[in-house]
Amino acid sequence: MEAFVHQIFSGLANGCIYGSIALALVMIYQATHHLNFAQGEMATFSTFIAWALIQRGLPYWLAFLLTFGISFAAGVLIQRIILRPVEKAPVLTNVNVFIGLLLIFNALSGWIFDHTVKAFPSPFPQESALKTAYFSAHESGSFLVMLAVLLALYAFFRFTPVGLAMRAAAQNPESARLVGIRVSWMLAVGWGFAAAIGALAGMMVAPSVFLDPNMMAGILLYGFASALLGGVDNPWGAVLGGLIVGVLENLLGAYVIGTELKLTVALVLIVGTLTLMPSGLFGKRVVTRV
Amino acid sequence: MSALPGSHDQRPAKWVWIAGALLLVAALVLPFLVKNYRVFQFNLVLVYAIAILGLNILTGFNGQISLGHGAFYAIGAYAAAVLMDRVGMPYWLTLPFSGALCFLLGFLMGFPALRLAGHYLAVATLALALAIPQLLKYKHLEHYTGGVQGIVLVKPDPPFTFRLLDQPFSADRWLYFFTLAVTIVMFVLAWNLLRGRVGRALIAIRDHPIAAAAMGINLPMFKSLTFGVSAAFTGVAGALGAVVIAFVSPDSFTVTLSIFLLVGMVVGGLASITGAFFGAIFIQFVPNIADELSKSAPAAIYGVLLIMLMYLMPTGVMGMVRRLWARWQPGARRARMRGVQPGSSVPVSHDHLTKESAT
Repeated sequence: MEAFVHQIFSGLANGCIYGSIALALVMIYQATHHLNFAQGEMATFSTFIAWALIQRGLPYWLAFLLTFGISFAAGVLIQRIILRPVEKAPVLTNVNVFIGLLLIFNALSGWIFDHTVKAFPSPFPQESALKTAYFSAHESGSFLVMLAVLLALYAFFRFTPVGLAMRAAAQNPESARLVGIRVSWMLAVGWGFAAAIGALAGMMVAPSVFLDPNMMAGILLYGFASALLGGVDNPWGAVLGGLIVGVLENLLGAYVIGTELKLTVALVLIVGTLTLMPSGLFGKRVVTRV
Repeated sequence: MSALPGSHDQRPAKWVWIAGALLLVAALVLPFLVKNYRVFQFNLVLVYAIAILGLNILTGFNGQISLGHGAFYAIGAYAAAVLMDRVGMPYWLTLPFSGALCFLLGFLMGFPALRLAGHYLAVATLALALAIPQLLKYKHLEHYTGGVQGIVLVKPDPPFTFRLLDQPFSADRWLYFFTLAVTIVMFVLAWNLLRGRVGRALIAIRDHPIAAAAMGINLPMFKSLTFGVSAAFTGVAGALGAVVIAFVSPDSFTVTLSIFLLVGMVVGGLASITGAFFGAIFIQFVPNIADELSKSAPAAIYGVLLIMLMYLMPTGVMGMVRRLWARWQPGARRARMRGVQPGSSVPVSHDHLTKESAT
């Protein structure tokens, strides 16, 4: 029983990471109806930036904030420079551009920071008040960070004018434009947020899986599974989906199929959700007029 | 099977036959002009061309995005390897089996794909590509797949030997002719499939599914079958690849392979049959050149190129060739107005590449 409960809690800890990647995916999906395939590699690259900053001797939290800021700016720039020309292009063009970005960021991580596996420090000391019976200090620390981000995002979208404008731009671009919202810039801000949240997830996951250019490949897949399971247009659903996927993955890994087929679990989850329940657990059912 | 409307006055001119014959002679002499290793590389070019053609049938002609065709390539390769290594089947007999297996799996994958459009299908197929290496390493399949080690095969010996231009008729050169023959068969098959009713149905489904359904095209059947056929082409390519390389292992079929096939397709040209060769030459030789810069350089170059192509040349090399051809030849203008491109048998809708579809 003890072991079972432990599996659930460590699943929740992983689920936080999946949830935050899912959240980043949903941020972009809501605004553009595109799934960003480069999300994972962008997060990895951001984590490498944080690693480099810490190597230079910066204190962890300063590096953390700087990385957050740099990633936000990079996200905005990527949307402005690379994605704006294809904003209205068909899906295949967009998928190709995302795959292009994925290749570029993956290659850049390897080129600049080398392919060797690196240890990434955790900001939470091992023996601290954060350590509980079921969570290690790092796990509960990253849990709190994710919670804080989620609340901050909620507050941003609910209580600030920019947040309101972003919601309007995502929901009804034409009308939003008519009342004077610069829709395209709102997309850019959305990209900034997505990149920054991805960076956060990267920094939180790196201490446990170690840092290398392909760190995020599997995690991105779980992020997709979480986002789709929770409903791809619902940020809360994405986080909840992440937690569900995290627990499910851990329990299946421990008791049913073993750890070698973890990615197959994600495959089955993705195909299953999309086939049986296309709008996910908490998503809006999409109805189109033909 | 009737030809496309308006194409009856597009009879290939005499010089097209001459050019074709010259090309064939060049292809036959080529392996004796270069070193053995180059021949091996040319074999891979042909293999990739078949795989890219398979992907193009699905994505370029039918508009279903797949980021996971490396998975079908892997399954084809493993099917061939297992049949040769464990069953002792001759290498040439494994191709139809690999093709049939991949057709079945692709057809089955096509069913969930019916409910997925655009990005969702891309995600699902990407998941397939990521999961395949793990599945191949799975310990309960190890007896067949050889686990992480993979399977080492023996390159088939040429049935007879001779020397030409001072080069021996080696195993690789024999495989070159074998691969060339298979490639020609596959391309003729694809050409015959795509130039007639079936091809038009696929393109109609891509460009306007509702209108296509209204015209009486059975969408679910056509889309699943296309998935199957596309997977079969890629599976045959995988089987050939296994024979040519004489080795399969899970880590040679990572998601990178799927992405490289996508890059090859985009470079060669969406919805272009001959474009597959350009794409294959590209993905075989550009990494070799770029590798000298850095280990990461090929991927970076691919990434930049993929994005640049989307901006500047969304129809790829073949699209560019066609446009130049149309400008160069005054008579071709009329044909282009009717949507028939000279030198090809399939009309390419540029709407598909430049505009959001109406739905």
